[in-house]
Amino acid sequence: MCGIAGIIHRNRTSDIGTEMTSMLRSLKHRGPDSTGFAIYGKPAAEDDVHVLRFKVAEQEDLDKGSHIYELIAKRRAEVEESMNKFGIKMEKIEEPTPYAVRCYIRGGKDLEKLARRIEEIEGVEILSLGRALELVKDLGDADVVSEQYDLGGFQGTHGIGHTRMATESDVDIRSAHPYWAFPYHDISVVHNGQITNYWIMRRELERKKHRFLSNCDSELLAVYTAHNLENGVSLEDSMRRSIEEIDGVFTYLIATKDQLGMAKDTMAAKPMVLYENDDFVALASEEIAIRSVVPHEIDTTDPYDEEVRVWQA
Amino acid sequence: MAGVKSSRSHDMGMHTEQLSGRAMQLFFNAEEEGGFTYADAFEVDFNKRAEIDAEGVSVHDINLRIRKLMQEGYGTIVLKNPGARHSLCAGILNRLNLIIEGSLGYFGCGLIDGPNVRISGRVGWSFAENMMAGVCVIEKNAGSTFGAALRGGDLVCKGSVGSRTGIDMKGGTILIGGDTGAFSGFMMQRGRMVVCGNAGKNLGDSMYDGTIYVGGEIQSLGVDAVPEEMSDLDREWLKRKLSMYELLPKDGSVDHFTKIVAGRQLWNYDNLEPTEKKLIL
Repeated sequence: MCGIAGIIHRNRTSDIGTEMTSMLRSLKHRGPDSTGFAIYGKPAAEDDVHVLRFKVAEQEDLDKGSHIYELIAKRRAEVEESMNKFGIKMEKIEEPTPYAVRCYIRGGKDLEKLARRIEEIEGVEILSLGRALELVKDLGDADVVSEQYDLGGFQGTHGIGHTRMATESDVDIRSAHPYWAFPYHDISVVHNGQITNYWIMRRELERKKHRFLSNCDSELLAVYTAHNLENGVSLEDSMRRSIEEIDGVFTYLIATKDQLGMAKDTMAAKPMVLYENDDFVALASEEIAIRSVVPHEIDTTDPYDEEVRVWQA
Repeated sequence: MAGVKSSRSHDMGMHTEQLSGRAMQLFFNAEEEGGFTYADAFEVDFNKRAEIDAEGVSVHDINLRIRKLMQEGYGTIVLKNPGARHSLCAGILNRLNLIIEGSLGYFGCGLIDGPNVRISGRVGWSFAENMMAGVCVIEKNAGSTFGAALRGGDLVCKGSVGSRTGIDMKGGTILIGGDTGAFSGFMMQRGRMVVCGNAGKNLGDSMYDGTIYVGGEIQSLGVDAVPEEMSDLDREWLKRKLSMYELLPKDGSVDHFTKIVAGRQLWNYDNLEPTEKKLIL
């Protein structure tokens, strides 16, 4: 079933971490397997500073004995070695869990190459790399993940999130949403539904040299969007095109460093409730998620089939 | 009523198909009121009023409180702060004035038979699914599958509704003040749907019977849904029904409505049971 939610503030920042936690907490019943957040903070003043989040193991690996800690240390060392080779300095390193790392990286000319190098290290996966995007996902409900990664108080302009009921792939972090469009910065997606021409579309994108990190159909939307944006298509046009080109039932939210978009497929089989006011826009699979951040009577609408909307932060 | 070729309901334009087999029609008669309530229904007094504040109370407990209040004879219940939560006010099989101050989530007022419900906010997906009788009036918008499998009563949304409105409806009336989404009236079998605004694509797809009236534009008709000329009976009925819920246009005209019915090209039924077919074949 899965639950998705998003919020974007117009011309201001807010405690996005707490807001997204509230919204996803309300959607827990739609998917208890994992929870994920893609939240967008204020980019650093210097252009060569990026935020990197990566993991060096799966949560379930920790139950496999002490050997995993040696592996984790080895993988961390390999990541740092790669950084050094690329002339990149890691700063403000945080470890919210034994297997997840958040840091700022400074310098380096070819982050795409760096990302590909890090991904080649066995057991290591980049969760996000961008100027504004920070992607956090793990097993457990919204409160567990939010607390674990200390998301409360995170100041930002917008965010999207997902509570997952695994249907198409495994219950692990790799299969959890949101997805980012490796290695394109600051693009993330959450999706409720099923893409039925996934493999055809994936092969087409792979022929264009795009790389997929999972077998989850939702990742396709991120890579597809990144490909279109790279080729000069606007986010809104890309989302309209997706309704023509992607088969299946889906409602998805996509975020870039300063935009949030929503698209609903031609069958309108997956829910979405929308609330807009002068200060912000909130969307979710169910109104109760919006009510968790707007606790009074509000006028909401259900976007129709083939509807695409994009909002600017 | 089996095998009736022309019945009162046919004359009233409620449906056109010939009822046969175990199909049964019942018409309300004030003198037979007792026959239209459940044997274990509660005797309620509409002048006896109670309020429930839903804030901090579980959905299960709210539904139980409504039942208990009816048991105590309360005929008017006001529910405050529903907070768009799901499955509220479901399964009410009683006469009752239910006033909901706020919005409901999914599956609100499902499986109801008899209450008169007024909602000041909006409702989520699958509102009044399988409703048998009564009246529900929603002041704002509604989600998808509004009135799915409706069997009877009047279901009114003064705002706009989502997709697949009245999917599989088998009776009753759905009235929508605004627009409706795609696949509305999908597999409709009986009853009437009135959309004052626009209708999305595939309206009335695979409908067997029943009637849909649309005041605005129809994006596209579904398979086997066809327009039919409005009769005086249609106009009279529309005016009466819309004015009941303050949805009649100011000029009082309903001439702009388009009537949609089943084309019956998809019908492939006969009156034979499978065992009878075997005998013939």
